[in-house]
Amino acid sequence: MGDLRLMKGNEVIAEAAIRCGCDGYFGYPITPQSEVMETLMLRRPWEETGMVVLQAESEVASINMMFGGASSGKKVMTSSSSPGISLMTEGISYMAGAELPGVIVNVQRGGPGLGTIQPSQADYFQATKGGGHGDYRLIVLAPNSVQEMNDFVDLGFELSFKYRNPALILTDGVIGQMMEKVELSEFKPRLTDKQIEEKYGEWIASGKKPDRERHIKTSLEMVSEVQEKNNERFQAKYRAMEKDEVRFEAIQCDDAEYVIVAYGVSSRISQKAVVLLREQGIKAGLLRPITLFPFPTQKINQLTDKAKGFLSVEMSSGQMIEDVKLAVNGKTKVEHFGRMGGVIATPGEVVDAVKQKLIGG
Amino acid sequence: MDELQLADIIKPENKVYGKSKIMTDTPMHYCYGCSHGVVHKLIAEVIEEMNIQEDTIGIAPVGCSVMMYYYLDIDWLQAPHGRAPAVATGYKRTNPKKYVFTYQGDGDLAAIGTAETMHAVNRGENIVMIFINNAIYGMTGGQMAPTTMIGQSTSTSPHGRDVEVNGYPLKITELIAQLPGSAYVTRQSVHTPATVRKCKKAIRKAFENSAKNIGTSFIEVVSTCNSGWKLDPVESNKWMEENMFPFYPLGDIKDSVHDDVEKYSVQKNKK
Repeated sequence: MGDLRLMKGNEVIAEAAIRCGCDGYFGYPITPQSEVMETLMLRRPWEETGMVVLQAESEVASINMMFGGASSGKKVMTSSSSPGISLMTEGISYMAGAELPGVIVNVQRGGPGLGTIQPSQADYFQATKGGGHGDYRLIVLAPNSVQEMNDFVDLGFELSFKYRNPALILTDGVIGQMMEKVELSEFKPRLTDKQIEEKYGEWIASGKKPDRERHIKTSLEMVSEVQEKNNERFQAKYRAMEKDEVRFEAIQCDDAEYVIVAYGVSSRISQKAVVLLREQGIKAGLLRPITLFPFPTQKINQLTDKAKGFLSVEMSSGQMIEDVKLAVNGKTKVEHFGRMGGVIATPGEVVDAVKQKLIGG
Repeated sequence: MDELQLADIIKPENKVYGKSKIMTDTPMHYCYGCSHGVVHKLIAEVIEEMNIQEDTIGIAPVGCSVMMYYYLDIDWLQAPHGRAPAVATGYKRTNPKKYVFTYQGDGDLAAIGTAETMHAVNRGENIVMIFINNAIYGMTGGQMAPTTMIGQSTSTSPHGRDVEVNGYPLKITELIAQLPGSAYVTRQSVHTPATVRKCKKAIRKAFENSAKNIGTSFIEVVSTCNSGWKLDPVESNKWMEENMFPFYPLGDIKDSVHDDVEKYSVQKNKK
């Protein structure tokens, strides 16, 4: 057995960062995710692994600090909650445009505006459709347990370096705040500057060497035809992600007539709802997207062979439902159930929604 | 006596001046009379003379100098508008042995990036910040900047900057000097041979400081924008001397290291 602990989701993000060899964390306090930076400051990883932890003056600054560190091939990350992520979208767009890796964690709270500090899943559009300006996508991972909060930090870095694109861990105030059993990852040492040069030397700005052209980390290109080529290269990466990186969990979907699609905390609630529905003789299943971009479109489409209806359960007015509808492509009914404003749905409400919206309706 | 041939003249021992190896051959996009080219050249010369090409990272801004990376043969990062000090912070903190400098105009550094500017200096980031103050937004076509003079006409203050509406020109360099994190703060210009030489000395000192880990070195260069000002280059220099220098006086503002941390530290409030 590995290193078993009882920890909060947010604390685990911090611990996982240290253990996966992260080089720098830049953040700004915001509820409900402040424990990430608080944990790091208490742990003092700069003494242990050399990891930099810096409290920035704003989310705008934190994401740009990430831009700086990422340009040198360092593993850098930040975390925030919804209003803070809105402030970061400028920098995230620039990182996508300059093809820089890095991990961003959004512990979602309700909106719009200052909204509420209670949990929510209302940032799905922002996370999966780009968020900032321009044609770009983020790799979006959606943990639904404290264990996955641990696992997805390392996975996020792996994918973001593989594609040289920012990765977003889209979680929520429940997963961030709740305590669960977690097996922490083994310690991986930070890469040395020499190792970074060997792995990423062809693209990082690590100081101009005599044997190569200068490296420029920019999102600017004034020649339209060249910028179009850049856009095509980005799009090719997103298509490659759609081909190779789709991750999902299918629970009792094989014979399911009614499929709930839910991620994050909503998937935990919906998992219980599936148990309750099965007890009542209703063939329900749960399809949980683990990657929200790329979305498990193909898998959902396959389920339409048997399914009579899909229910998208989200803590929003219905955002992911649009992707579910695109996947179902008109073959059968797709409905939405969700609570807003920080209200957490109960399994009973999900059961009722399946009965009323899919079976009865 | 034989006539002198070119080959007799072009010899290493006769060389008194040359283009820095750090300058590329790319033709500059700057207007005739613009100060940017001169300041670029000075930075290039300092990097070459200090032999730090492989260890220097430039952070380009948004503005006229956004494409500065075409002209200096070093590795570059190009930051979002105003964010260069934050980008520089992230780079320097994760690569403490590198020389990191930002190069920003007045709109970038003193308007949209004021927060990033003040906080990077307040943290005493060991970086060099070079601030081109030409009292106007050049790249976007001559709009009013935070440093635009009272009465100066621009495309967004066509009847002259009005204090009642727009407030006073921002002396951000004086503010920077107030912050304990700044080690060296100076205001220079590059409109005469003498001021060019002085400015180069300041840039050299700033780069040397960043290896000493004593805080931020900040150089304002009061500059001309003849296209934006609608004056020819010679008139621009004169207008700058007569109108800008009284408000933005040249010279060192601060050259000292803050060492009163003990004095201002409080007792721990929590064990």
